[in-house]
Amino acid sequence: MMRCSGILTLLAALLAAGCVTINIYFPASAAEKAADTIIDEVWKLQGKPAAVEPKEKAP
Amino acid sequence: MKRLLLILCGWLVTAAALAQGNLEISTPAIGQFKASMGARHAQLLPWYQSGAVGLARDGTVALREPGAVPLAQRQAVNALVAGENADRAGLYREIARANGNPGWEPDIRATFAQRWADRAPAGWWVQSATGVWQQKK
Repeated sequence: MMRCSGILTLLAALLAAGCVTINIYFPASAAEKAADTIIDEVWKLQGKPAAVEPKEKAP
Repeated sequence: MKRLLLILCGWLVTAAALAQGNLEISTPAIGQFKASMGARHAQLLPWYQSGAVGLARDGTVALREPGAVPLAQRQAVNALVAGENADRAGLYREIARANGNPGWEPDIRATFAQRWADRAPAGWWVQSATGVWQQKK
């Protein structure tokens, strides 16, 4: 049981360190999501396909 | 013992959710930058399409081909570019600040630079990481 609680303490310490890490390091994927949301709004791309509409045929 | 493990598991899931979470982008200041940039976009659009203005690697826009702008309009286009870059700089700074890490500004800027370039439609000009201008295909 002693050994078990030692392992648990270590695990808790590692997890705490992990949480601190998350707060310090830049959240790259969240930033990409945020950038895409803002780009959609500024360029008004919501719901519109990226491709240009086909041109009408000349008579 | 089992309960302790359960608590630890819950902790791990929360940590993972935080790591996958969203950035705060709904502050009034960010809203103002978005609105201002959105309104300007219609005026910049023809210059993006003609290649006179391109998306630079540092997350700004640049008048890369002044010769493609008639002299009479050059001052107006320069003003559009300057206004856009001021808004973009403010936007990047504000996102970093709103998320409690002003030091993230360069990372936010780099992320945006990459996404502007990736999402630009075909025909627009974007600057590569090495500084070379390329037309999107």
